[in-house]
Amino acid sequence: MYDIIIIGAGPAGMTAAIYARRAAKTVLVLEAKSYGGQIINTPDIENYPAAAHISGFDFATKVYEQAKALGAEFKFEKAVEIRDGADFKTVVTVKGSYEGRAVIIATGSENRKLGVEDEDKLVGRGVSYCATCDGAFFRKKKVAVVGGGNTALEDALYLADLAETVYVIHRRDEFRGDESTAEQLRSRENVKLVLNSRVTKLIYDKKLTAVEVTDKDGNVSELEVNGLFVAVGRIPENRNFASVIKLDAAGYAVAAENCRTQTAGIFAAGDNRVKDVRQLVTATADGAVAATEAIKYLANK
Amino acid sequence: MNVTEVTRDNFEAEVLNSDKPVIADFNADWCGPCRMMRPTLDEIAAERDDIKVVSINIDDEDELAEDYGISSIPCLVVFKDGREVNRNIGLVPKDVVLGLL
Repeated sequence: MYDIIIIGAGPAGMTAAIYARRAAKTVLVLEAKSYGGQIINTPDIENYPAAAHISGFDFATKVYEQAKALGAEFKFEKAVEIRDGADFKTVVTVKGSYEGRAVIIATGSENRKLGVEDEDKLVGRGVSYCATCDGAFFRKKKVAVVGGGNTALEDALYLADLAETVYVIHRRDEFRGDESTAEQLRSRENVKLVLNSRVTKLIYDKKLTAVEVTDKDGNVSELEVNGLFVAVGRIPENRNFASVIKLDAAGYAVAAENCRTQTAGIFAAGDNRVKDVRQLVTATADGAVAATEAIKYLANK
Repeated sequence: MNVTEVTRDNFEAEVLNSDKPVIADFNADWCGPCRMMRPTLDEIAAERDDIKVVSINIDDEDELAEDYGISSIPCLVVFKDGREVNRNIGLVPKDVVLGLL
C-alpha cells in the first residue's frame, strides 16, 4: 500500500512525487514509456524561470534524479484502470495492480493524428508530428504543415528556415493561432497557404512523395512534398480513467485549479487537466498543487 | 563491448561486413529521445557478445542518413549479413529493441 500513486512521470507527475516525498508520504510513480513526457522532444527550453537554456532531456533527467533521491519509487508499467474503493484505490497496470490511498493522474497528452489512410505506416517515412525533431531531414525539400493553431504556425515558421517550400494546409480560412505569427508566415516567400482545405490522401512509394488535398468545394489537387508535419492538436490520455473522473467534450479531466476530480482522493495534474495555459511551468505547478491536496486529503481521512 | 561510433569511413567494415547482427542507432546530440535511448543501447552492448551495437550521428554523417532514408530519429536499423532486416523509429524499451533482431 502506497500513500500516493502517481500515474505519469512527466514534469507534473515527477514534481508531485517531489512534494509528496518531502512530506514523507510513500510514493509510487507509474509510467508507460520513459520518464520526462513530451518535454524531452524540446531541444532548448527558454521560458522556465532560473534556467535560461536547458534541453528537455536534461530538465527531465534532473527532475527524475531529484524525485528518485528523495525516495520516490518508479515502475515502468502502463496504468490501464483505477478502481475506487472505500479505504483505498487500486491502480491496475499491464503487469499487475497497486494499492494507494490517493491517486494523481498526470498522464499528459499524445499527438492527434490526421486520420488519413496509411498515416501510421509513413511515420518516419515523411510523416512527422514534431517539426523541431525532424525538420532537419527536410533541408531544401518541400514540406507541408497541417493545422491552424499556434503549434502549426510555429512549426511552419521553423521549417521555412530549412525547407525549400512550406505549404500550410488548414481547413478554415483563418488561423486559430496568434495573428503576429500568422503575419510573419504571410511575409515569407517560401510559405504558401492552402486554406479551406483538408489532406485527403497520402501518396507514396517507399516514402511520402505527395499529398492529395480537397478544398471545401470538393476540388481535389495534389501537392508534391517529401514531408508532412501534422499539428492538429493533442489528445489527453484520460480514456482509461473515465469511470472515476469526469471528462469534458475534448477528453480533458474536469478539475479546478485545486486539481480535485469528482472522486475524493483522485487528482488530475498537468496537460491532461482542463486549463487555459499548457506550459512546462503550469505542469510543474499542477504537480505541486495536486500533491499538496493529496496530502491534505490523507490527513483528513 | 561498448557501443561503437561509426562514420562513413568505417561503416562498411563495422556494419556491412560484420559477422554479427548489427543494431545501428541513428541519432543526434540535440534529440532528447535519442539521449534517452542511449543507456538501453549501452546495456545491450555490454550484455550481448553475439550482437554489435553502433551509433551514427546524423549531423556528422548526413550522407549515411540520406542513404538509409532516415527522416525521424531515434531510428534503429538492424543489419544481418550487410542487409537491412528491420527498423524502428522512436524511443522504445529494451525488449522492443531486442525484438527487432
